Amino acid sequence: MTATFLGMPPFPEAARAALADTQLRRNLAAATSTIRAKRAAVVGEVPHWEQLRVAGAAIKDEVLLHLDAYLMQLEAALEANGATVHWARDAAEANAIVADLAAAHGLDEIVKVKSMATQEIGLNEALAARGIAAWETDLAELIVQLGDDLPSHILVPAIHRNRAEIREIFARSMAAAGRPAPDDLTDDLTALAGAARLHLREKFLRARMAVSGANFAVAETGSLVVVESEGNGRMCLTLPEVLVSVVGIEKIVPTFADLDVFLQLLPRSSTGERMNPYTSIWSGATPGDGPQEVHVVLLDNGRTRALADEVGRQALRCIRCSACLNVCPVYERAGGHAYGSVYPGPIGAILTPLLRGVGADEQTDSLPYASSLCGACYEVCPVRIDIPAVLVDLRAQVVDAHRGQRPPKPEALAMRAAAHTLSSGQRLDRAERLTGLAGRLLERFGRVRLPGGRRGVRRLPGPGARWTSARDLPAPPCESFRSWFRREESG
Amino acid sequence: MRVALMITCFNDALFPDTGKAVLTVLRRLGVEVDFPAAQACCAQPMVNTGYLDEAVPVVRNFVRAFEGYDAIVAPSGSCAGSIRHQHGLVARRSGDAGLATAVARLAPRSYEFSEFLVDVLGVEDVGASFPHRVTFHPTCHSLRMLGVGDRPQRLLRKVHGLQLVDLPAAGECCGFGGTFAVKNADTSIAMGADKARRVLETGAEVLVAGDNSCLMHIGGILSRQRAGVRVMHLAEVLASHEGAA
Repeated sequence: MTATFLGMPPFPEAARAALADTQLRRNLAAATSTIRAKRAAVVGEVPHWEQLRVAGAAIKDEVLLHLDAYLMQLEAALEANGATVHWARDAAEANAIVADLAAAHGLDEIVKVKSMATQEIGLNEALAARGIAAWETDLAELIVQLGDDLPSHILVPAIHRNRAEIREIFARSMAAAGRPAPDDLTDDLTALAGAARLHLREKFLRARMAVSGANFAVAETGSLVVVESEGNGRMCLTLPEVLVSVVGIEKIVPTFADLDVFLQLLPRSSTGERMNPYTSIWSGATPGDGPQEVHVVLLDNGRTRALADEVGRQALRCIRCSACLNVCPVYERAGGHAYGSVYPGPIGAILTPLLRGVGADEQTDSLPYASSLCGACYEVCPVRIDIPAVLVDLRAQVVDAHRGQRPPKPEALAMRAAAHTLSSGQRLDRAERLTGLAGRLLERFGRVRLPGGRRGVRRLPGPGARWTSARDLPAPPCESFRSWFRREESG
Repeated sequence: MRVALMITCFNDALFPDTGKAVLTVLRRLGVEVDFPAAQACCAQPMVNTGYLDEAVPVVRNFVRAFEGYDAIVAPSGSCAGSIRHQHGLVARRSGDAGLATAVARLAPRSYEFSEFLVDVLGVEDVGASFPHRVTFHPTCHSLRMLGVGDRPQRLLRKVHGLQLVDLPAAGECCGFGGTFAVKNADTSIAMGADKARRVLETGAEVLVAGDNSCLMHIGGILSRQRAGVRVMHLAEVLASHEGAA
């Protein structure tokens, strides 16, 4: 697996390429509009949905405000259940822990349950470097892995592929990874799923170690929860001898009863179902049943940095449902790869800069601007993350990180000039003499008319061309409102 | 009740007819409106691009211009939204408690035009006449930040001769987004193109909205397409006497 998000260009440039990918555009539009409709239907059935959202946000905020205490409680409960708890400050530490565990058992392969946290730390690549194969067993992750590709959506990572491509990927790459695809494989959905099942079955039966993430970690009972649709999670969580779960420290919920709120919020928000097919909850090791050696790797990797951000810390409430992706008009057109990170869409635009920090690289700094601030994401977030407010705050952080830079950015100079003009009615009045002049010139010499008859401009030079490349512009009026008012109304 | 018109920097420079229309409608309803000349801008362009320090003097000037008024009416959902939801954060940035108090006082008195008509004046029929087929785009700040709901549609339905057609996928953002329209021009245009397509699906002659910024973007695309559909601010429709008996 050589594909990586490292070195991807800033969002505007990455999006430009993605916008031209007609298959991506059609796949995304179809998928997101379908899930949007399903979500709206099942959410509409729940009369107390707003109360659930408020409760979900409150429970998460409670955990975030006392995260140290909950982590200690979780560790104690897990250890009492026979699990071994590891603490990983960053990706390198987490990867080393997992690789060492596999090596200690003399393993050259492990099976994986879909886990965003393990993608975030680049676990598969780190294991490969130690000669350990990490087989993805979630169908979409399998497609991404066999295609040597990158995920483009939190929930449906292979959404950018069509059936014919998937057939081709299976036919070309399954053999090198295990059981080959049948020679007569078609792109029929049942045939593709059947090929995947057979390919994966031998891996499930052979696996001695599995690596998972967790949707929730219950501090009270020392339990982890995996919410899934396909059943591959259930296979990985029950069959092998060794189970290692990499869990972001923000995944904690205080009590078992709190799962009531989240197990209602998550399936309806993510797949638009009342309930997902498989929910697995395990509390450490049970003698004689399931994995006998259970490990939990608690992962920071920037979460404490996000936690320290007073406005941004609400992003840590995220339960990775992807509802925000599915309603985002920017994501729908640019797709996940354009965000250049494991977490795309609205949540990615805030979480990635919060985890990495701003001011260090252009790509991360471009993410808070990858939004028109329409607010559709905030409306659907099951834990009420005010994504637009966090985006605006992060934009201020990006600007602050570059203040005083020499030479100053043209944008900074323009903003300073604009602030000067726009902080005084008199100065604005003077500036409008210029736009009025432009208006009178166009009245005299212009030939372009917009619908309705107003004079317009079809082409502007320099930065103005970014507007006029695709949009006409109304010509300025000969007289500003305040000038008219002064003339007509006072006297 | 002392009422002030906040024209918005955008309308002042580019769409003065919208301001004239607001005055026409309010006067027709018997409301006296001042235009404090010290006003300039609500600071939204600075705040939304991340230039909080630069926003401070702009917000100070806003307070200076509108102090003492009971109601500030702006023909722009995004400007009203910025005043109500962002002036507090600019004041905090300034560290000036006096400014914080002043913005807290003025923010709740700041209204988007349709809010003012329906909620404060309690009217839906403003005596307008506009015999055209119209569709309405609910701009994002009005829809989600202010919760304006169907107030604009209720006003439009009372306009004599106006045929109002629902816009499909109305709640989807048009893609203007302020500086987004140039910083992410390609995505902005892709979104605007889809919005324009939805407008054309309605067979409407006129696209109406409460924000000239969004109208400039969608209208600019429709114009480039030579699609034969024009854009018009809500206030201008409500001021119209076209086709009146």
